[in-house]
Amino acid sequence: MSTLERSTEQKQAEWYANPAGGRSEQPAGPPEPLENAAAQVPVRMSAEGLTVRYGVSTFGIRDVTMALYDRKVTALIGPSGCGKSTFLRALNRMHDLGRDIEVTGDAFLDGESIYAPGVDPVVVRRRVGMVFQKPTPFPTKSIYENVCAGLRLVGMRKRSLLDEAVEKALTSAALWDEVKDRLRSPGGSLSGGQQQRLCIARALAVEPEVLLMDEPTSSLDPNATMRIEQLITQLKRQVTIVIVTHNMQQARRVSDYTAFFYLGEMVEQADTHELFTAPKESRTQEYLHGTFS
Amino acid sequence: MTLRTRYLRDRTIEVALVLLTLLVVVPLFIIILYVIMNGFSALNFSFFTEELGSPARAMQGRPTGLMHSIIGTIVIDLVALVMAVPFGIATGIMMSEYQEHPFAPVARLMTSTLNGMPAVLMGLLAYALVVKNTGGFSALAGSVALAFVMVPIIARTTESVLRVTPWNLREAGLSLGLPRWKVTTALVLPAARAGVVTGILIAFARAAGEAAPLLLTSFGNNYLSFNLTQPMDTLPQRLYSLAISPYKQWHAMGWGGAIILLLFVMVTFFVGRLVIRKLEKESHA
Ligand SMILES: Nc1ncnc2c1ncn2[C@@H]1O[C@H](COP(=O)(O)OP(=O)(O)OP(=O)(O)O)[C@@H](O)[C@H]1O
Ligand SMILES: [Mg+2]
Repeated sequence: MSTLERSTEQKQAEWYANPAGGRSEQPAGPPEPLENAAAQVPVRMSAEGLTVRYGVSTFGIRDVTMALYDRKVTALIGPSGCGKSTFLRALNRMHDLGRDIEVTGDAFLDGESIYAPGVDPVVVRRRVGMVFQKPTPFPTKSIYENVCAGLRLVGMRKRSLLDEAVEKALTSAALWDEVKDRLRSPGGSLSGGQQQRLCIARALAVEPEVLLMDEPTSSLDPNATMRIEQLITQLKRQVTIVIVTHNMQQARRVSDYTAFFYLGEMVEQADTHELFTAPKESRTQEYLHGTFS
Repeated sequence: MTLRTRYLRDRTIEVALVLLTLLVVVPLFIIILYVIMNGFSALNFSFFTEELGSPARAMQGRPTGLMHSIIGTIVIDLVALVMAVPFGIATGIMMSEYQEHPFAPVARLMTSTLNGMPAVLMGLLAYALVVKNTGGFSALAGSVALAFVMVPIIARTTESVLRVTPWNLREAGLSLGLPRWKVTTALVLPAARAGVVTGILIAFARAAGEAAPLLLTSFGNNYLSFNLTQPMDTLPQRLYSLAISPYKQWHAMGWGGAIILLLFVMVTFFVGRLVIRKLEKESHA
């Protein structure tokens, strides 16, 4: 915790020294409330002792305690199978339907437990959106219908509003130019990378407060990857983002905080710059060295 | 194993498969041919425009036909379908999508039992439920009996096609904040619609050929009727009664009726194929 607070202070200092510089996406102008010297970055979501078991003996994640900061990007890194996806799915109660999956511990959204009895997982998921590791377009629905599937349910019927929302979401997801002339063709007719961007657009359209992205760019070309990264930096003005990535450069480029997972445990969470340059834990160090060399 | 023996083994299996297929197809062709040869002469104009009436009509060579059975079959089968489809699909959904629900195992037991039950028992069931309580044979009772034949078939095919639709489709829907029933009806069911329609067709064709459940329910009627609360004629049950009748003329009509029943089932499958192909094209384009 103290690391994170300190890093915030550092950043504030940097910002005051050079308000227009630093990250290019930050609009010049009056400082955002966050930059108020007294303010700390508020926590949007947090996990406390979160444990997910597959069956009796297999742990997906074990006793994970960490915080996701409001309108910041948190990157999750770690070797394959270390529990990144499992953790992400626990944050919007995606494990609910799985058979033989047991979730213990707790997770909080705006300080309220999302696993408390009486909490409707549907409401949680409407606020906490998700982009999956594998693209999952609705195959029978058109591109247009794919994007507004969530909106229709919230009761949006007006054609002009839907059109607008669809165009906005597709543009944000860097897909609009490629599909604007064939919005009526089925979502399954797109290429793998296009499908992934369609899924990103679909998640964006319902305007979630927290967006969980599981390796969103792993099937994208460098250009589309760049545009998704730009999207993330734009989005974080309104949305709290968690991104799983195997690309260390990407984690450094887009995230404010990074958490390193290893064998189902959250080993270390810190300011991204700090974690990459001066990791506290030897396991983090070894992993980063392994991946870099 | 040498390449040559591999090749020989491959050929042997191929030949065996062809022979076994012929073994199935040839008798089927013989049956169809036999039915056509015997029944074709009965298919004159009045066959399609007249009611059967009393045996005297046929004996005296007055015009008679099975128009009323053809219409009755269509009416009773369609009413049965309307009753069976919602129950069948709902049960299929219960067994596939709500497996943790306490009712799901019950539904599974019921459909397996119904599915294994001889069709004549469906007739008895409908007799006990409808005929007994309404005080007489009726077309509606026949439809109920046929619906009992259809429901387990529709339920089982629906269950199995829903089970093979990718799990991540449901997760994608849920992650947008859609409730579970909406995910099922708006995403999973449409993705599996070609399979669901296939199941409905199989159930329809199967029920269309059943005579046993109708003997104790819709009973049969020598005249045209559209009244669902009265006895109504159907082709399978009419074939049965024509065949056991002592009149030669009626036997010939029975063969004619068999041709129509065959055609009925074949057209059902043909139209169904077209629909399914269209659905599949839409979802995999
Ligand atoms: N449905 C499941 N049933 C059983 N075990 C599972 C299931 N899903 C994941 N696991 C196990 O849980 C552990 C964590 O898996 P998870 O998918 O969270 O890893 P990950 O960090 O996302 O990996 P990757 O980078 O390859 O996506 C793994 O050991 C995996 O085998
Ligand atoms: Mg993963």
